[in-house]
Amino acid sequence: MAMLEVKDLHVSYGMIQAIKGVSFEVNEGEVITLIGANGAGKTTILHTVTGLLKPKSGSILFEGKELSTTAPHKIVKYGMAHVPEGRRVFAGLTVYENLIMGAYTRNDKNEIEESLNMIYKRFPRLEERKKQLAGTLSGGEQQMLAMGRALMSKPKIILMDEPSMGLSPLFVTEVFDIIKQISASGTTVLLVEQNAKKALSIADRAYVLETGKIALTGNAKDLINDDKIKKAYLGE
Amino acid sequence: MNSFISYLASGISLGGIYALIALGYTMVYGIAKMLNFAHGDVIMVGGYTIFLAITSLSCPIWLSLLIGVLVCTALGVTIERIAYKPLRGASSISVLITAIGVSYLLQNLALNILGSDAKTFKSVVTLKPIVINEGLKISGETVVTIIVTVVIMIALTLFINKTKMGRAMQAVSEDKGAAQLMGINVNFTISMVFAIGSALAAVAGALLCSTYPQISPYTGSMPGIKAFIAAVFGGIGSIPGAMLGGLLLGVIENLSKAYISSQLSDAIVFAVLIVVLIVKPTGLLGKKINEKV
Repeated sequence: MAMLEVKDLHVSYGMIQAIKGVSFEVNEGEVITLIGANGAGKTTILHTVTGLLKPKSGSILFEGKELSTTAPHKIVKYGMAHVPEGRRVFAGLTVYENLIMGAYTRNDKNEIEESLNMIYKRFPRLEERKKQLAGTLSGGEQQMLAMGRALMSKPKIILMDEPSMGLSPLFVTEVFDIIKQISASGTTVLLVEQNAKKALSIADRAYVLETGKIALTGNAKDLINDDKIKKAYLGE
Repeated sequence: MNSFISYLASGISLGGIYALIALGYTMVYGIAKMLNFAHGDVIMVGGYTIFLAITSLSCPIWLSLLIGVLVCTALGVTIERIAYKPLRGASSISVLITAIGVSYLLQNLALNILGSDAKTFKSVVTLKPIVINEGLKISGETVVTIIVTVVIMIALTLFINKTKMGRAMQAVSEDKGAAQLMGINVNFTISMVFAIGSALAAVAGALLCSTYPQISPYTGSMPGIKAFIAAVFGGIGSIPGAMLGGLLLGVIENLSKAYISSQLSDAIVFAVLIVVLIVKPTGLLGKKINEKV
């Protein structure tokens, strides 16, 4: 059985139907990417999976547990973390405090300390700036912080929404390297990206989203060579 | 000199009471982005509860205070649950009108049940006045108010910055969605803020009614408005701002009563507020975090 199974998901904003019957699955250990143009519904899907939005119909099963009727703060406890679009770090808290907020659902102080050291090892920049207010970090550093904060909950699966948005090319490469490392350390990844080329280059499988529906799905390797994809999303 | 010190001390004490009330305003504003205009009337309910516990139930003072704090805490949480929570996501004007409605509801309930006449409130402070020299005597109420305020401010600052719940409150104030993604129960956190704010209102009510030994259904409304001004003065949303704003307001009010005119003192307080807001629109300690994007 898939780790995360989304079935016939419908989501509306008032009268406007944003997601019209989307189904996909993520198996343990995979890197799955949802790609698609602006407004295709990628962020809406992630928000619905982590409970910030409630679907009109459809089901979201995570390790057999139904998420669509579960409060968002409980979903984190099941082992799902979400790095939101635009990073949304707590600007008025320090880097250290942001990371500790990420471990909100955990109680063992020693284990939290251990995770914190691991995050600092993976993101040395965050350790250098641990006492700085998160709002004063650069965009790239804030992205590192948002990812570190999500990892502090020790998730089984991590959802990332446009982690490369607004970053310099150097940081974009770094962000994708980190995603590869996260995956290599055993965490399942569901990645939403506009940078389709980069996303396909690190993903196992991909779903192409067009105006609220899955238009195409397949292995990332095949899609990257698909003529239609090349034309529409890779700008070649 | 003696009279100046005595005016200053009672100003600090009055300011402490404003600060305790302002903390409730500012914390609720910070987390729920709403002005809880019923907050002043929670003070009145606290005052009456303590008054009735002492006079009708003949409870000892400590028990009466405890009952007052518990009743206000429950009242604050209940008001939030019933009146404000269903409006989360509604326009801020709807929430504001609801808050004013709750304020009138509490006042009129008090009028109905307890009558409109002011009753004499027996001070809960048993400390004797402190005689510093022949011309300078500071009342027990003033001393106790200052001590209680300082202790509460220190405790609250530690709570907000050092505990898990306190940090969660800061996180929810900044970004409810992101806070939920951390696993924080936003509704519970907001309830806790109302609980703390209302408990502080009960303490403020006890101190206020002891210093000015009277209670009526309107006891809470003017101090409530003054404390709201104090919160704006210090920078609404800022906890140290509410403390500073409250203290300054109390001192300015008392000194202008003493040296300028007791009739003009409120006008002077409002004028100072206007000047501060012209010079620094976010209030004294209100800050806009410069966030790089």
